[in-house]
Amino acid sequence: MSLDKNTLVRLKDAGIKQDEKWLVQGVSLEVNRGKIITLIGPNGSGKSTTAKIALGIYKNYEGTVEKFTNKIGYVPQKISIDWTLPLRVADFMVLTENLSADEIEEALSLTGVNHLVNKNLGNLSGGEFQRVLLARAISKKPDLLVLDEPVQGVDFTGEIALYELIKKISEKLNCGILLISHDLHMVMSATDHVVCLNGHVCCSGSPIDVAKDKEYKALFGDQASQTLSIYEHKHDHEHTDDGKIKQKN
Amino acid sequence: MFDDFFIRALVAGIGVAFITGPLGCFVVWRRLSYFGDTLAHSALLGVTIALSLEFNIALSVFITASVIALFLIQLQKKTNLPGDALLGLLAHSSLGIGLVAIGFLSFIRFDVMGLLFGDILAVTTNDLLVIWIGGILILLTLRFIWKPLFASTVNYELAEAEGLKPDIAKAIFTLLMAAVIALSIKMIGLLLITGMLIIPAAFARNLSDTPKKMVLFSIIGGLLSVFLGLFSSLKLNTPSGPSIITAALILFVISLFKIKQTIKLKN
Repeated sequence: MSLDKNTLVRLKDAGIKQDEKWLVQGVSLEVNRGKIITLIGPNGSGKSTTAKIALGIYKNYEGTVEKFTNKIGYVPQKISIDWTLPLRVADFMVLTENLSADEIEEALSLTGVNHLVNKNLGNLSGGEFQRVLLARAISKKPDLLVLDEPVQGVDFTGEIALYELIKKISEKLNCGILLISHDLHMVMSATDHVVCLNGHVCCSGSPIDVAKDKEYKALFGDQASQTLSIYEHKHDHEHTDDGKIKQKN
Repeated sequence: MFDDFFIRALVAGIGVAFITGPLGCFVVWRRLSYFGDTLAHSALLGVTIALSLEFNIALSVFITASVIALFLIQLQKKTNLPGDALLGLLAHSSLGIGLVAIGFLSFIRFDVMGLLFGDILAVTTNDLLVIWIGGILILLTLRFIWKPLFASTVNYELAEAEGLKPDIAKAIFTLLMAAVIALSIKMIGLLLITGMLIIPAAFARNLSDTPKKMVLFSIIGGLLSVFLGLFSSLKLNTPSGPSIITAALILFVISLFKIKQTIKLKN
C-alpha cells in the first residue's frame, strides 16, 4: 500500500482511551478507492469505535488519522432520532446533501424502498429504516462509505441483495468502503481486506489469510474459519441445487 | 384609528414573530426550553448593567446571555451535576443578582414589571430598527447554518461524520438564542420569552409533517398570537406579553383538535 492518491483514509497506530481504559488501540489501516475493507471482531472489540475515529467523530484519539476526502457517506450502527421532529424519508435523504427528486428516487429504488419516500421516518419498520439509511449514504455518491452493520434487521433475502448492492456500488462509484459486520458468511465473498479486532488488531489480510490465522481461530473458533475458506473458494466454482459442484462449461 | 405606540408595538411584534418562529422550532427539536429560560432570566442582569453603565440595553442583554451560555458550557464540563440543575442554578442566581442590583439603582426610575412581562408602551422607533435589522441578521445567519444545525439536530454523529461541522453551528445557534432574547425582551418580557419560542412551535408541530412546514406554521402562529394578543391588550388593558402568550396558548389548544381528527382518520 503506497501513499498514492487512492488512499481515502489512513489510521496509523490509532486508539482511544476512556477513563484510563483503552477502548481500542494500535489500529493501523487504510481504506483505498474501489476496495472494501471489513472490520470483524466480537462485541465490544472496538469496531464501531475504530470507524468513528476514522470518521472524525471522536477527536481525542491517539496516533494519527489522515482523511483525504470529505465526501463521506455514513450508516451508523445505532441511530437515535428524536421522533418529535416531523421528518419524512424525503427530508431525511437531503439531510447532509442537496439532492434532486430524481436522485432521491434513484437511491431509494436501489435499496428497494422508493415507495416510502413520503412516509414519516418514525413510522418505518427497523428493516425499512435500515434500507433508507443505506440509500441516504449512497445517494450523495461519496468517495468513502462507512457502513456499520448496514443490514441489521433486514430480512434474509434482502440482506443478500443489499450486500450485492454494496459490492456493486463500490465498483460503480469507485469508492472505498469500510464495512463492519458480524455476518462472516455474507461479508467475506465481497471483501478485499479483513481486519480482525479485539481491542487491538488481532490479524489482518485477505479473507483467506485471516481465516487461517491462529488468533482468528482462537477468537471465532474453527467453524468460523471454515466459513471464511468456503467463501474464498466460492469464486472458482458454483454449487448445483443439491449441493454438488457445478461442472464448468 | 390606532395610536402611534400601538402601531409601533404591532410592527415590533411582527418582527419578533418572524424571528421566534424558526428559532422556536429548533428550541423544541433540540429540547432547549429550559436553556432558553435560563438565558432569558439572565437578561435582567443585562438590563441592570446597561442602566448603570448607560449602555445599549439590547446589546448588554445579548452579551450577558452569551456569557451565561459560555459559563453553562464550562460548568457542564467541570461538574457532575445534571444539566437541568445547572440551568436552574444559573437562571435563578442571575435573576437574583439582577434584582439585587436593581435595588442599588434606586436613583433610576425603573419599571420592573414591564421588564418581566413586556410593555408595549415602551417600544420606541429606535427599538423597531433594532428588532428589524437584528431580526434580519438573525434569520440570515440561521439560513446560513440551517443545514449543519438541522442535520446535527436529527443526528449529531451523521452530521459530524459527513463533514458538516455541527459544533460551530451549535455555538452560532447559542448566540442567536441570546440575540432573540435581547430583541424581544421589551415586547414579551423576560419571564415569557421562552413561551413565545415554544408555544407557536408546538402549535406548528401539531399541524405539520415536514420540518419546513413546521417553521412556516410556527411563524404564522407567532404572527396570529401577536395580533390577537396586542388587540386584546389594547381593548382589555392587559400587559402585552401575557396577552400574546395567552393568545398563543389558545391557538395551540385549537391545533390539538386537528391532531384528534388526523388520528381518527388514521384509524
